[in-house]
This record gives sequence, C-alpha cells and structure tokens, in this order.
Amino acid sequence: MDVSWFLVLSAFIFGIGAAGVLSRRNPLVVLLCLELMLNGANLALVAFARMHGDGGGQIFALIVMVIAACEVAVGLGIIVAIFRRRLPVDVDELSDLRG
Amino acid sequence: MSATSYGWLVLAFPLVGMLICAFGYRRLPGHSAGWIGSLAILLSFVASILMLLELESRPEDQRELVDAAFTYVHSAGINVDVSILVDPLSVFMCLVVSGVSFLIHVYSVSYMDGDEGFVRYFAYLNYFVFSMLLLVLAANFVVLIVGWAFVGAASYLLISFWYRRTTATRAGIKAFVINVIGDVGLVIGAFLLFDATGELDFAGVFGAADNVFTTNDGPLVAACLMLLVGAFAKSAQLPLHTWLPDAMEGPTPVSSLIHAATMVTAGVYLIARTHRLFELAPLAADIGAIIGTATLLFAATVALVVTDLKRVIAYSTISQIGYMVLGVSAAAYGAGLFHLMTHAFFKALLFMGAGSVIGAMAGNQSLDRMGGFRKAMPFTFVTFTAGALALAGFPLFSGFFSKDEVLAYTLHRGGGFVALAVIGYLAAGLTAFYAFRMVFRVFFRAPVPEARALEHGHPRHGEPHNPTTGEPEDPHVGFDGTEHHNAESSWPMKAAMGPLAVLAVIGGYIGIPGLTDTLEHFLEPTFADSRFADSKPSDGAEYIGLGVGALIAITAIAAAALVFLRRRELRLVVRERFDAVHTLLFRKWYFDEAYNAAVVRPMAAFGRFARNVIETRFVQETIVGGAVGLVRAGSSVARSVQSGYLRAYAALLVVGVTALGVYFLITSAG
Repeated sequence: MDVSWFLVLSAFIFGIGAAGVLSRRNPLVVLLCLELMLNGANLALVAFARMHGDGGGQIFALIVMVIAACEVAVGLGIIVAIFRRRLPVDVDELSDLRG
Repeated sequence: MSATSYGWLVLAFPLVGMLICAFGYRRLPGHSAGWIGSLAILLSFVASILMLLELESRPEDQRELVDAAFTYVHSAGINVDVSILVDPLSVFMCLVVSGVSFLIHVYSVSYMDGDEGFVRYFAYLNYFVFSMLLLVLAANFVVLIVGWAFVGAASYLLISFWYRRTTATRAGIKAFVINVIGDVGLVIGAFLLFDATGELDFAGVFGAADNVFTTNDGPLVAACLMLLVGAFAKSAQLPLHTWLPDAMEGPTPVSSLIHAATMVTAGVYLIARTHRLFELAPLAADIGAIIGTATLLFAATVALVVTDLKRVIAYSTISQIGYMVLGVSAAAYGAGLFHLMTHAFFKALLFMGAGSVIGAMAGNQSLDRMGGFRKAMPFTFVTFTAGALALAGFPLFSGFFSKDEVLAYTLHRGGGFVALAVIGYLAAGLTAFYAFRMVFRVFFRAPVPEARALEHGHPRHGEPHNPTTGEPEDPHVGFDGTEHHNAESSWPMKAAMGPLAVLAVIGGYIGIPGLTDTLEHFLEPTFADSRFADSKPSDGAEYIGLGVGALIAITAIAAAALVFLRRRELRLVVRERFDAVHTLLFRKWYFDEAYNAAVVRPMAAFGRFARNVIETRFVQETIVGGAVGLVRAGSSVARSVQSGYLRAYAALLVVGVTALGVYFLITSAG
C-alpha cells in the first residue's frame, strides 16, 4: 500500500483532534482530542518508518506515547484539582491568565 | 618650634574647639561649651603671639615662610598643596582675628546665657574663627577660596542662628547669596590668573605676573576686577553692601565679631595680599579706590538717619571698610591695615556696648525708644563713648591716627586721589556726627522707663518680640530667650569690653607718624616689593592731616551736641526742611527696592514661570506623561493577545504552525 493513504488518514485524525481542541469547552474532551492529535502524528511516524524500512520512526512513536502518558497524568491531575475546588469545568471560564 | 608650626597650631585650636562643641552638643553642661570655645581661641591667640616672636627673631628678608601639610592636587600642570604662608601680613591678621575673637567669645558666654542654642552657638563661632584664620594663613588661591567660602557659610549659620525668626533666615539667605556672588568672582579671578601664569601659589603667581603681564594688561585687569568683586561682596562695598545691615538679625556678639571686626575686612586683606597684581593693573586699583570712597560717603549718609541702633553701627562699618579699601587701593597698605586693626577694636566695642543697651531695653533696638542710660549703665556709657570717640577720630584716640593716615597717604598720591581724600575728610565729619548721635540719644536726655528701672536695680525682662517687625515670639528653641543681659551685671561682658576700650583708646599709638610707626615697620617685608614703598607723605604733611582731622571731628561732635542735646527742635526743623533727602537716606538710597525690582522680582517671576510652564506643562505633562502614555498604549496592545481563553491560544498556535508549514511548502516547491 502506498504511504500516502496512511498520511491522509493521519492528517484526518490530526485535523479532527485539532478541531476538537479548538471547539470543545470541556477540558476532559480537550485532553481526548489532544490524544487524537498525538496519535495522528504517531500514525504518520510509523508509516514513514515502514516506508524507509528502519526503526527510527517507531522509536519516535514510542517516545510520543510516553510523553502522552505523562501529559495525561498531569492534565487529569489538574482536572481533578479543578473538580475538588468546585470550579467550573469549562476552559473558557478558567481565564485567570488574562493580561 | 618654627613659625609655621605655630601657624598650624593657630589653625588647630579653633578646629578642635569646634569639634568638641559640635559633638558634645548634648553632654556639655551649663557654660562649659562657652569656656571651651573661649579657651580654644585664647590658645590660638597665644600661638599667634609665639608665631610673631618667632618671625621677629628672623632677619627681615627671611620673614616669608611657606609650609605644606600635604599635597592636595598634583597632576596635569596643577600643583596645589594644603599650605600656609606665614609672613608679617598673615601674622598681623591672625593676631587681630584671634585676639578680638577671644574677647567676643568671653562676652558671648554672658550674652547667650540661657539661650537654647548655647552649645551650637559656640560650635559655629569656633568654626568661624577657624575659617577666618584659614583664609588669612592660606598660601595659595585654592586654600584661600576654601577659607573664603567657609567664612561665608559661618556667617550664614550665625545670621540665621535664631532660625525660627523669619526675618533672620531671610537675612541669612540674602547674605549667603551675595557672598556667593563674591565667591564666584574670586574663583573666576583665580582662574584667570592661573590661566595666564600657570600657578596657584601666591609666590608663584606674583613672581610670574611681572613677566607675563604688562601694565594694565586686559586679562590682568579682568582678573583684578574679579578679585575686587569677591572683596566687595565680602566687605559689603557698593553695590554689594545690602546684606550687611540685614545681617544684624544675628546675635549682637556675632555682629560684633563677624560683621564688624573680622570677616568683613577679608576683602581688605585680599587686596593687600594681592597688591602686586593691583600695582600692575592700576586701572583696577583706581576703580577699587573710587568705589571705596563712594561707599564710605554713601554709608555715612545713611548712618545719619537710620533709627535701629545696630543698623547705625552696621552702616558705620560699611563706611569704615570703605576707608580701608580706599587705603589699600591707593597703595597705603600699612595705613589701610592699621585702620583695619583699630576699627576691629572700636567697632567690636561699639557692638558690645549696643548689645548691652539692647539687653537693658529687653530686645528693643530703636533709637527713638532709648535715652538716659548714662546713670543706669555707667560702665557701658564710658566704654561705648570711648569707642565712639575712636570712631569719630577724636584726637589721640585710635581711629584718629589710622583714618588720618589713610587720608594722608591718599592725598600724597596726588591727581584724582586728592578728590577722594577730600570726600574722605567730609565723610569723617559725618562719621563723628552719627557716632555722637548714637551716644547722645542713647545715654543722654531724660531716662526712659527701662533706664529708670535699671537705676533701681530691676532690669526689665519684657515679652520677647521681633526687633524688626515687633511681632511677639515664642521664647523657646530658635528665638532669643526672655533673659537679656547687660554689661553692668555680668563680669564676662565687662572683662571683654574693658580691654577693648583700652585698645580703642591706645591702639593708635603704634602708628604715630614719625614717632612709633611700629605697625608700618612690621609690615614692611610684605610690602617691600611695592613700587610705592618709598613714596610716603612727610611727617609734617601727616601732622597737618591729623590737625585737619581733629578739627573736623571736634566740630562735628559739637554739632551733634547742638542738635541732639541743646536745641533738640533743630532736628525736626532740619528733617522737615529736607524731607525728600531724609526719605532718600532713610530708605537707604532705595538700594533694596531697586534690587527687588531689578533682580529679586524678575527672578521670582521667572521661577514661577519655570515651575508652572516649563516644569508642569513641558517636563511633567509632555516628557514624563508622553513616555508613560506611549508605554501604556504599547502594552495594552500586547495585553490584548493575552485573552485568557485557552482555545484562543490553541488557535493561535495552530494558525501559526500551519502558516509556517505552508510557507515552507511554498518555498520548497519554488
């Protein structure tokens, strides 16, 4: 199979994830969409690795997964903290960093 | 010990006394600060005498000693040491300054008794004496300027000593501003001399001046005129005299010490010290002589009508310094300095007597309120009269010899100097008249209530009030207290006035023409290089001058007696008749008004303009406000990016990365 099929699919997944990050207001869903974007990128990396026939891309993909796990751990921790403090679970309401 | 070592001691004692008084401010009990200050000056006087003896033991051509304590600047062609010059002139000045200062310190112990600022007063006074001695001992222009500025500061501090009295602080500011005009003149003069000769030491400047300058050379005349500006500001000569009468706001011993006996004669000293320059620039010397003469006549006329006792003596001081300036400008150095010395004696004495009377009047200084103190205060009466006789130039009193010697030398110069000498004799008559106007109005006629109370031994302690405006004052810190002292009841005041009275009587005997001439011989080494050193009036001419002076003095005193004792209605008749002249003199020739209109008010208006327009509109609103507005506008743009919406940040990121990607795609395709 041609690598371009994989790339098109990965671009779609990435685009869906980006659209989700930009349009959804629930931080949990935003995190989910972030995962989608990361996995879209992962798919492209793995596809290129297969095309070149070496393991470099796969190692990149593994590292991205590790980073994603860390990110989820931190992100979920923040969301739990927000719940505990009874703050609104809405990224638009949490705008304390406005300059 | 060498003469210069004593010279350093002369400087050290008042400095130590000042430091003890200044740092012991809270710890010195009772009168101890006064006695410490007096002792310091006494030791300084003793050191001056030892310096004199040491100098006398040397041959005449080796009586100019310079000693440097340390190097101050030594680079780029400027060589300045902190050094003192011990020669007959500086020793003479040291003796006069420290001697008179010691007596005035003793007098002050009583006069300032009970004042809240007693210790502060003596710290200032010692500081003044140190500065004055530094001025007269300086061996180069830099040290001279330091001493010159120090005495100006001391004068400021002491004039506004009663600092809660607005009139006193105003007078202090006025004195300081005019003195700074003089300081600037002196600095510019010294710079012009340095520019031409490359030297700052007196010996170096005078030595080089003969080679560098020709007679009446433009730069030299300019330098000498600048030195004259300095001298005139310090010595209260026209047109920079207006500060001295106002300086009478200070305590009376301060008027006596600084504004009569010592500091105001610094200008005379400066001209005498730089006489070799003035002889090379006769134009500047002539201007000095003319202004000195104008001043002595002007001040004598004002002293005729002023009613404030201290201000009469202040104008008299201006007038007498005019004689000294005339003398040293007309190359009669010995005579001018002789008058400086006798004037220090009798004028300090007159101020002390005035202080005693003012004490008895509970602070009132108006001649109109005084009268009949002769019986109440016999000691003050005798000493004050001795001072007045010396001032008037009554035969055989000290002023008689010194003033007439100045005029005799001036006459001997011939030419235009004859006119100046004639004016001098005319003003001598006015001097005798106003001197006895004071004596007759204060001590003769019917006793006023204060005098009667004193005769019965009940000195009056009135409510404290401002002697100038008459406003009541709170006698606490910063004003003179309720206690007023007079010489009859306190021995330190008597102890100070007694010796001065004796000196005012006999002080002239060291300069009887042809008989003693002690002072002139003593000063000869300093002025040996003068081109007028051999041009002296004959003894016969001097005795004729003395005779004329005596005649004028006696006539004027008789006239004063007629007007103020015998036919008192005459005073009012004359005043009515010459009302316009009286007003002109009473307003002091409108100098203050003219300066207010010409300088003070325009400057104040310019200051207001600068504050309201330049500072408020331009600096504050335009420059400062504009910069703030610019930064604020810029930051509000930067702030609007920070919306706080997470999704907006994410969108920016996506747009940015996408734009980058598109850019690279386009460039790689091209």
